Amino acid sequence: MPYIPHTEKDRECLLKAVGAEKIDDLIAVPENARLKGELKLPKGLTEQELTKALKKKAARNSTVEDYASFLGAGAYNHYIPAVVDSVISRSEFYTSYTPYQPEISQGTLQAIFEYQTIVCQLTGMDVANASLYDGASAVAEAALMARRITGRDKVLLSAALHPEYRETVRSYLHGAGNHVSEVMYCTEAGTTLPEALDAALDKDTACLVIQYPNFFGSVEDLKALADAAHAKGALIVAVTNEAVSFGLLASPGSLGADIAVGDNQSFGNTLSYGGPYLGFMATKTEFIRQMPGRIVGETVDRDGKRAFCLTFSTREQHIRRERATSNICTNHGLCALAASVHMVSLGEVGLRRLALLNLSKAEYLKKALANVSGVEVAFSSPTFNEFTIKISKAPEEVLKGLLKKKVMGGLALKRFYPEMNTKEEMDSFVDALSKISG
Amino acid sequence: MNDNGIKGLLLDEPLIFERSSVGRMGVAPAEFDIPEADPKGLLPAGLLRDRIDGFPEVSEMDAVRHYTRLSQWNFGVDSGFYPLGSCTMKYNPKVNEALCRLPGLSMIHPYEPEELVQGALELMYELEEYLAEISGMDAVTLQPSAGAHGELCGLLMMAAYFKDKGKARTKIIIPDTAHGTNPASSHLAGFKVVPVKSEGKGALSVDAIKAVMDEDTAGLMVTNPNTIGLFEKNIKEIAKVVHSKGGFLYCDGANLNALMGLVNLGSIGVDVIQFNLHKTFSTPHGGGGPGSGPVGVKKALEPFLPAPRVKKSRGKYSLEYDRPKSIGRLKAFYGNFSIMVRAYAYIRRMGGEGLKRASETAILNANYIKERLKDTYHLAYNEPCMHESVFSDKNLLGHGVTTLDVAKRLIDYGFHPPTVYFPLVVHGAIMIEPTETETKETMDRFVEAMKAIAEEARTNPELLKNAPTKTKVRRVDETRAAREPVLRWVKK
Ligand SMILES: Cc1ncc(COP(=O)(O)O)c(C=O)c1O
Repeated sequence: MPYIPHTEKDRECLLKAVGAEKIDDLIAVPENARLKGELKLPKGLTEQELTKALKKKAARNSTVEDYASFLGAGAYNHYIPAVVDSVISRSEFYTSYTPYQPEISQGTLQAIFEYQTIVCQLTGMDVANASLYDGASAVAEAALMARRITGRDKVLLSAALHPEYRETVRSYLHGAGNHVSEVMYCTEAGTTLPEALDAALDKDTACLVIQYPNFFGSVEDLKALADAAHAKGALIVAVTNEAVSFGLLASPGSLGADIAVGDNQSFGNTLSYGGPYLGFMATKTEFIRQMPGRIVGETVDRDGKRAFCLTFSTREQHIRRERATSNICTNHGLCALAASVHMVSLGEVGLRRLALLNLSKAEYLKKALANVSGVEVAFSSPTFNEFTIKISKAPEEVLKGLLKKKVMGGLALKRFYPEMNTKEEMDSFVDALSKISG
Repeated sequence: MNDNGIKGLLLDEPLIFERSSVGRMGVAPAEFDIPEADPKGLLPAGLLRDRIDGFPEVSEMDAVRHYTRLSQWNFGVDSGFYPLGSCTMKYNPKVNEALCRLPGLSMIHPYEPEELVQGALELMYELEEYLAEISGMDAVTLQPSAGAHGELCGLLMMAAYFKDKGKARTKIIIPDTAHGTNPASSHLAGFKVVPVKSEGKGALSVDAIKAVMDEDTAGLMVTNPNTIGLFEKNIKEIAKVVHSKGGFLYCDGANLNALMGLVNLGSIGVDVIQFNLHKTFSTPHGGGGPGSGPVGVKKALEPFLPAPRVKKSRGKYSLEYDRPKSIGRLKAFYGNFSIMVRAYAYIRRMGGEGLKRASETAILNANYIKERLKDTYHLAYNEPCMHESVFSDKNLLGHGVTTLDVAKRLIDYGFHPPTVYFPLVVHGAIMIEPTETETKETMDRFVEAMKAIAEEARTNPELLKNAPTKTKVRRVDETRAAREPVLRWVKK
């Protein structure tokens, strides 16, 4: 049997040692609970057969390289340097678990400590946790955290927050009685509508959640929104799911964010049909006791040497049980390592260039598409690396037509994504679209 | 002496920030094939960022050395025996790592049109079917990211069910042996936790459940085998009690590695279960994750599963979003797909027969360790165990040493310590889960180390108190970490 090392002789020897004649004697399950018969599953495969079977499955998918892909919207196709997979494939990292025993987990612990620092640097916040599942669940955790901090119930989501994130917040908050509402975006600017805020923010509002850049790709005026929220005693939660934007845009912390969350998938993590991605959370020092998730801290060992360990665990489920800040246990540690390695290998100069490259490509494409007849850039506000367009024809039909030309143009809500697209691909996209749309 | 841990050359390594040199770059991004945009002209000045002070800047090789050295301070399943109870640290097959990296599985975007991802949808559909078969459930969602996420999902479905029936229920019963995520998830799902004690032999009694189960209680959340490593032998009768009050039996499936092909949980009354793919189904633990926590349910709860669901019709797969009674969603997209690929590969490689053999062998190995250690360490419950066994610190305390000392001393012998101080109901608990992928020889070495440590506790307890001595750092001051928090590096 694969992965089971016992020979017949071993089995006999082990059975004898435990005083059983056969394995069935050992299975302490009452007769009325035993499975009669066998599992109805396909017969086991050799490694070679398995590889063939999976390659066959893989061949039935088209990758973002088989087509020119302009898809984004919370999952971003950036080039991942080879060094990332090389590091995360070291099995001392990927076959270990949560670093409960710090003396033999210093590698994981130091890597997380460095990752926490990088997240703080990018977001402009004081402290960060080791990771959460993904951007969407991180927003939900932030909303719950804001409620605990303020003692208020209402969670206000910008309608320009990713729709799947909004749905996640609503599901997570069912148990807490919901109290989730939304503020409209300005249909002209494509950003959260300040006038709508005045009516929505009140003394019961725990937090206002703003995506930055938002779901349409537009860059929100986070500072003004933060001021409005703070004026009513509410916290501001900034959500960034295209983390490359940190290389160009002012940090959420510098614009007044109280909690910065989002997804760092853009760094080092493959698209993998939507997961695993990398939820992050950072906040101000004063809120640390309300933050969910693992936190690594620096300390010393018995000899006074620098060492790292998990800390502030009295917030967590294994100590605090139903009074914990969150139920999270297993997180997305290896994804955080991948992100660290990618960012470290870029450095500041590389990160800034990557962000600028993304901005430049988006601007190039935006201009080119705006010149296609029947196509209009949807919103007036500045964008980072994705944007929204309006098409006079039915978008679904247009997208189908583009597929025939080997272009994945976006969703029915048309989200476009550059960097990985060469000028040539963008030009042929524009060309294809002008033929279909024109 | 059987001393596994010998010293090797470990290189010290500063924080990456301390290795940094301004302007250095590892891997440059692509060249510009379009005109460079001017951010100042496009974005308001207030929204552009300043320098990122202290951001790491190293060469590619220095980055590689940095992480290679860090990795060498770590202990993983590939380094040695890792009997961390409740975590099922079995071997992580290398072929699975290779397969999930196939471009056709790793370079697909979650928003690709369905016709371009038929292979991915088919894999998910089949994995759902396999998990349903293994657990005896009617339907499975692959969306949750980990065990605790799955718990939340299952509990929210239970809450939604009762709300839909017009009578919301407010409580849930949880045994005192439960993992911390159970009460934490219950609280998050809006339930008040009603604790129950297990009886003398470590199992739940029918009467204890009868005494608390009522029509304001959504159900019972039970781990089976429980966290003491014992099968809940009254489970069928308990299920009847829960069902008679209209409640659901939630099974925390973290310990499913003991049951594959041996028990059909559905047929003994379980209504909801979460699977920890990173335990039972061999996917790696990643230094803390990512895992995956699919949830299986019986028919009654099916309408409440998160959206979207993978559907099959006339040989074509699609995603169904229109689910009016669904609890919604717990993350963006469909779940931790690359973890699903690994678990799928594992199940296909093992087949039904192989999975059954895995569970049988996990039980055999756990009993072997239990039998060999029970005269030396105090067995918390002297019962035939399933996939893990739990000892207490009763035989240690007289010598002035603790469970923690034993754990740290094991490190010097070259083993990862078992889970310690969990479950909370066992004083100074030592929870040992060898899994089916370990040889007799490895287990023998572990047993001998444990016995040697017990002897040391009697004759030279300082050895335990000073341990570990062979690691990169010696015992770490965790109190100081909390009292004088340093949670990030700052530029001096
Ligand atoms: C018994 C039990 N239940 C639930 C969990 C939670 O699973 P996860 O860590 O994947 O969230 C664990 C493991 O950590 C566990 O051992």
